[in-house]
Amino acid sequence: MTQAVPPILSVTPSRALVDEKFQVLVENLPPGCPVTLRSLHRSEDEDDWEAYGHYVSDHRGVVSVHSGHEGFRDRTPLASALAERWYMAPGVKRIDINKQGVQGTLFIPPGPGPFPALLDMWGGGAGLLEYRSALLASRGYVSFSLDYLRSEHLSADVEFKYFETAFNIIRNHPQVIPDRVGILGSSLGSMVAFNLTAYSTIIKPRCIVCISSNHYHPPGTTLKAGFKILSKHFHKAHFDENNYMSWRSFALDLIADPSNNVEVGRINCPMLLVNGCDDQNWPTVETAEEVARLLREGGKEHLLSRLAYPGAGHLIEPPFSPHFRATKFIILNSKEKVILLWGGHTKPHSDAQEDSWRKILSFLQLHLYHSPSVKANL
Amino acid sequence: MAVPPILSVTPSRALVDEKFQVLVENLPPGCPVTLRSLHRSEDEDDWEAYGHYVSDHRGVVSVSEDLSFGGMYTGKEPMGLLWSMRPVPGSRKGLRLRKINVCTPMLVNISVHSGHEGFRDRTPLASALAERWYMAPGVKRIDINKQGVQGTLFIPPGPGPFPALLDMWGGGAGLLEYRSALLASRGYVSFSLDYLRSEHLSADVEFKYFETAFNIIRNHPQVIPDRVGILGSSLGSMVAFNLTAYSTIIKVSPRCIVCISSNHYHPPGTTLKAGFKILSKYVLFVGRINCPMLLVNGCDDQNWPTVETAEEVARLLREGGKEHLLSRLAYPGAGHLIEPPFSPHFRATKFIILNSKEKVILLWGGHTKPHSDAQEDSWRKILSFLQLHLYHSPSVKANL
Repeated sequence: MTQAVPPILSVTPSRALVDEKFQVLVENLPPGCPVTLRSLHRSEDEDDWEAYGHYVSDHRGVVSVHSGHEGFRDRTPLASALAERWYMAPGVKRIDINKQGVQGTLFIPPGPGPFPALLDMWGGGAGLLEYRSALLASRGYVSFSLDYLRSEHLSADVEFKYFETAFNIIRNHPQVIPDRVGILGSSLGSMVAFNLTAYSTIIKPRCIVCISSNHYHPPGTTLKAGFKILSKHFHKAHFDENNYMSWRSFALDLIADPSNNVEVGRINCPMLLVNGCDDQNWPTVETAEEVARLLREGGKEHLLSRLAYPGAGHLIEPPFSPHFRATKFIILNSKEKVILLWGGHTKPHSDAQEDSWRKILSFLQLHLYHSPSVKANL
Repeated sequence: MAVPPILSVTPSRALVDEKFQVLVENLPPGCPVTLRSLHRSEDEDDWEAYGHYVSDHRGVVSVSEDLSFGGMYTGKEPMGLLWSMRPVPGSRKGLRLRKINVCTPMLVNISVHSGHEGFRDRTPLASALAERWYMAPGVKRIDINKQGVQGTLFIPPGPGPFPALLDMWGGGAGLLEYRSALLASRGYVSFSLDYLRSEHLSADVEFKYFETAFNIIRNHPQVIPDRVGILGSSLGSMVAFNLTAYSTIIKVSPRCIVCISSNHYHPPGTTLKAGFKILSKYVLFVGRINCPMLLVNGCDDQNWPTVETAEEVARLLREGGKEHLLSRLAYPGAGHLIEPPFSPHFRATKFIILNSKEKVILLWGGHTKPHSDAQEDSWRKILSFLQLHLYHSPSVKANL
């Protein structure tokens, strides 16, 4: 008796950058056959992540993988394929930076350059994350993922200088076009972006992108000191039915007092603010509205573009990465472990990640690559 | 400071038989530029190709859409930067580009330069790196040394079982794995058989060695035993013919065979006609073949009368009422070395004659553009033929 031929499963492309789409196709099934497609990934921390969808093949026997719907995990898969998802395109260079007291990781696109560049800053709670900078370099920007939450700075002035030095290290890099350096910050990083741009007399970003906008910065405080002040309000935090901690409501009260905030009305460059309407960690949409109001008062509202996504939470990341409504977090000062509620619901949050990344890249390309005054001089 | 143009190659990582799109943006409008590819081979020779383009009103050049006005290729050629590659000026003569280590990608640097004439003298405006892979993620590579048989086995990812192929090259290179790696990436367990090392070589084909090789594949736990085919090129295709013709005697029953550039060991000094005479002794047995066959040949083959061979095969099968088993592809302007798509064309290369160790330059034939078209078209048709007979095909053809 002839052995049955398995279905043919293909993932195209099998190697791609993380922000690229793939097509999963199954052929050679019987027609009208119920099957389940499943993805499985073992993380660097050795946890297993999965997703799956139930499909039915068409009259040509085309769609999906495991046979049946219920209990599919108990059966051997009919076919499987391996997909590689990369943060770094071929030829992108990764360089550790420890220079003039500044630390972080620099990514440089392939080619002679020079290139536009970005200072890239994450928020708290993770340590240095390189993946967004790696991806930005794969998209043509020298990108510096700055490590700024480790060291203890003695004063706000010293800390401010740290960021200015970091910016200048990028600006002075031989493969960077000095007047085409922008800043991209998310969460706490967006506050740093606002702060630097509003107050620095020596650095001038060509544009800034703030994801999950935060402009709370008690004057004269270092980041750590500011965080200490914030933590004094934790007893007012709202805990949901799962005991997840949300800062949103007490934060809303804090930022109601303008003396607590960066004077964003001083900013003079194009700005893109990207926020989730279901952000449970910080009142980012309200922050964006304040920014708009202050710029409008100064006749500078044309500099601002705002994206606010219904159903999206705080952790707006590059596209196709999973959504986390709440995750473990260690409170910096007290080392207390909580589960922080970030917000968002998976489907709208994922749509927001996909849409916003495309728009962020488009905004950066306009201001850092194009921008009519200078075209390639050949 | 001026902003450089933006050069992108999409996808930047791909299998060797997949196309890419090379795009340049942010140029001034109507600007003459040259796109160039550069590759350093495992032998440390540099290979290049280039095309001359002019940007449109938006300052964009798209290699997939625009025409090249000079260089190594002209016209609309999305993959011209790969298939038209030649060794750079000043290189050794008679070179051939073939990847030996298939576990790593072929790296191709694509760059854009200003102007047309003398572009090499100027620093590129931008460059990008493309990876071209023979192995898809998850494909397993296994050295085989079993029952006296040697070679390399490639297995697709997944539980299987899979249809399979016995894959045989011709003379002059040693064991080449890249086609089998690519076939495994396309869903076939593929065994690249090492059969030309001196201990196996004789004027007559060693049937037992090939029978054992075929059965090693057939009996592999991840192979569907009645869905094993044979793919041979050049000398390998002659082996495929013979194995299949003797299949009732030696119990080798391929479900289908693909023969690229049918060839036979060719002592120097003999005329093509004499060679054909030797060939015709084997061609007699072709009438015994009972499985579907695909023959792929170049009409400008200067190494062997492969098209004439295919005609003889057709005639003999017709006499036996079995012409329906045969599909023939004959490509005008293509030579002997029909390889997977987008690899460069070699009209003549260095060759060491097996017995005498004499070094010659063999003329394979073909002209670059039609030969490259033949590679692209034939690969697609080979995969389609294999998929039909090894993946689909509801019942096993009766062995008469």
